[in-house]
Amino acid sequence: MGAHGPAKGLSRWLFTTNHKDIGSMYLWFSFAMFLLGGSFAMIIRAELFQPGLQIVEPEFFNQMTTMHGLVMVFGAIMPAFVGLANWMIPLMIGAPDMALPRMNNWSFWILPPAFALLASTLFMEGGGPNFGWTFYAPLSTTYAPPSVTYFIFGVHIMGLSSIMGAINIIATIVNMRAPGMTYMKMPLFVWTWLITAFLLVAVMPVLAGAVTMMLMDIHFGTSFFSAAGGGDPVLFQHVFWFFGHPEVYIIILPGFGVVSQIIPTFSRKPLFGYDSMVYATASIAFLSFIVWAHHMYTVGMPIAGELFFMYATMLIAVPTAAKVFNWITTMFKGSLTFETPMLFSIAFVFLFTVGGFSGLMLAIAPADFQYHDTYFVVAHFHYTMVAGAIFSMSAAVYYWLPKWTGKMYNETMGKTHFWVSFVGFNLTFFPQHFVGLAGMPRRIPDYNLMFADFNMMSSIGAFIYGASQLLFLFNVVRTITHGEKIDDPKVWDGAHGLEWTVPTPAPYHTFTTPPEVKESEAHG
Amino acid sequence: MASQGNTGHEVYYVPESSKLAVCATIGLVLTIFGAASGINDGTFGDPNESTNSWFIFWVGLAFFAATLFVWFKTAITEHLAGKNSAQLKRSYVIGMQWFIFSEVMFFFAFFLALFYIRWFAAPWLAGEGDAGRSNYLLWGDFSYSWPLMQTPQDAIGGVANQVMANNGVFSGPERSMAFPGFGELFKWLPFYNTVILLTSSVTVHWAHHALLHDDRKKFHQWLTVTVLLGVVFVGLQILEYYEAYAHYGLTLETGVYGTTFFMLTGFHGFHVAMGMIMLLIQLLRSVMKGHFTKDDHFGFAASSWYWHFVDVVWIFLMLVVYIF
Repeated sequence: MGAHGPAKGLSRWLFTTNHKDIGSMYLWFSFAMFLLGGSFAMIIRAELFQPGLQIVEPEFFNQMTTMHGLVMVFGAIMPAFVGLANWMIPLMIGAPDMALPRMNNWSFWILPPAFALLASTLFMEGGGPNFGWTFYAPLSTTYAPPSVTYFIFGVHIMGLSSIMGAINIIATIVNMRAPGMTYMKMPLFVWTWLITAFLLVAVMPVLAGAVTMMLMDIHFGTSFFSAAGGGDPVLFQHVFWFFGHPEVYIIILPGFGVVSQIIPTFSRKPLFGYDSMVYATASIAFLSFIVWAHHMYTVGMPIAGELFFMYATMLIAVPTAAKVFNWITTMFKGSLTFETPMLFSIAFVFLFTVGGFSGLMLAIAPADFQYHDTYFVVAHFHYTMVAGAIFSMSAAVYYWLPKWTGKMYNETMGKTHFWVSFVGFNLTFFPQHFVGLAGMPRRIPDYNLMFADFNMMSSIGAFIYGASQLLFLFNVVRTITHGEKIDDPKVWDGAHGLEWTVPTPAPYHTFTTPPEVKESEAHG
Repeated sequence: MASQGNTGHEVYYVPESSKLAVCATIGLVLTIFGAASGINDGTFGDPNESTNSWFIFWVGLAFFAATLFVWFKTAITEHLAGKNSAQLKRSYVIGMQWFIFSEVMFFFAFFLALFYIRWFAAPWLAGEGDAGRSNYLLWGDFSYSWPLMQTPQDAIGGVANQVMANNGVFSGPERSMAFPGFGELFKWLPFYNTVILLTSSVTVHWAHHALLHDDRKKFHQWLTVTVLLGVVFVGLQILEYYEAYAHYGLTLETGVYGTTFFMLTGFHGFHVAMGMIMLLIQLLRSVMKGHFTKDDHFGFAASSWYWHFVDVVWIFLMLVVYIF
């Protein structure tokens, strides 16, 4: 043990217990899923390029919207951040590896078969899941294609992977911090992941419960979601969104953490309001458990429920705004430079705030009666999912890629990727606010002529954004093969934290004995 | 092992590359795929056509179980070889605690369903409050009571019932499993199950106590008693299910009472069976291999936490599924 390097060939990856190897596998897997989910999005946008049905059947269109959502949420975004957690948390807290290394490998390896199972449903009789990524009953029970059973078990495996990954992250952070790395000295990325992992352990089992109820209703004659037996289809929505709302914070909190690492580095100032960042993250996590029914204002809840969920939802704006103010104040009077990670991070702050504001509009129950199930909702959550989660993920890759590979990416290509993404993204999703407010429903393959112009803009933007991701892939591969070698442990001159004290590229094993944490290396 | 001090730190044991995870993946995926296609064959398949879905399931499950056996064996061997530092042992403790928390949340989903149905959904179907205003159009003669002996589908009858039956028949049970009153307490099977499970929580505690005092004989005795109580509990629950199906007309398909009753007690019973197997394995480890010392017995401690957890779930079940 200790100094040995990686094994050779395929067995290195199949049998590894190394957090860096497993992190890399998560990252590559999630990028593959990102391209798969992205290609589904391209089919959707191609069909919506102009009114009328031109490319796909409506039935297949439904499968595309469903699979796009499922693959992006469970296959691209979540594993991407788990990959980052694997790579960075042990480096940031001075641990030799993750707490439970073999289980770590298992958490990863059950994911590819789960998604193979999910993707294979597209080729089954009756087609793949076509009920939307939220799989509301009775569309997903009484009226679902037979392949729904494989979907259900696929979700079970993904949930198992997430729970094991989250338990591993909690055990690592609670138990493996180097002496002196107290909780309030941890980098914010570690904090946000600790809270995210808690949310995962709390709500992934509830999702497992929801799909189990579906399985029983479909195959074993139970009546959870059937009013004829005394159940209620709305029950499905309650159980689903009890998982689903914390899930959106599971997706975004690690992104908050990434941005909280990057902005201080390129502002050359410590993060403003570290303590309040920690408390804000914890408040958001707590509130995320008591707002789920704001996804269901139109199902006929009692007025007391509408009001409770409306006010509770609006409360989330308070800690979220605290975070945005802290990021801006960190930049204030800083010595700013605009390398690619910083560009993505600033865009994150700006665009995520746009998504936050539209979220605030949607939180108002009477107004939501107008917006519900329109493209306004689609615009809102893509501003948080894409400009939030994916932009912060891109920022993270550019920020830590030199540490991972010992090579510097090409700044011009990085910036090109950023600007093309930025323009493509906004061109895709900003017009969707307008068509949504004008009444265009989501999840339809055809639409009224009056929405034609904005939809064409949206589709062009989507193709640009899609193409920019190929540029991203090219940049990363090119950096690995042809990047300029660097050996400065610090990489960025404003960087703080333990991950910048190990050599560049990070050796296969780091911190086999815990480092001493100096005041200057704590969160910055 | 070096002790943790100011100068030196113990080395955290990171195992060499391991084939366990990949083997476990193969086992799990075969199990799941076999189950999914087997269930689909049952619902959508041609009954005259034989498939090998369940064969895949059993092969996968056997392989998975064998892998887990080797996995635990490896972990125990490493532990006995002194590779596990105090810090690594804490990782196992934290892992088990959060695993139990995830199980709590799984049950929470089903309790949430039960509460939602009893407080909101079913009363609304019977016309209560603003949300119930469509009652007279849809479910005119349905009235709410719990246990729900008459489903909405039963209540409407006639042609509407026929139409609805196309999507499945949900007809209420003849009798429920609810608390029959103190007069019949001793004829009521769940009463015995409650006594058994609460007792077993005490006996497993006594076993732990004996182990802490290095009294191996008493440890084995109380642990054996605990496992046997677990067996009796599961046996009685099987008897209860038999009664329900054979004499009460209470099945999974008898509307939402049968649904919630069987799903909650069923998942609980499954977890009792799992906990029982875990405790049995700890007993065998101690009897056959002499594992555990008075201050080092994580395998047993984790199993006993799990056992207390299923006990607590039962108390909630008793209150909201059987009594109130």
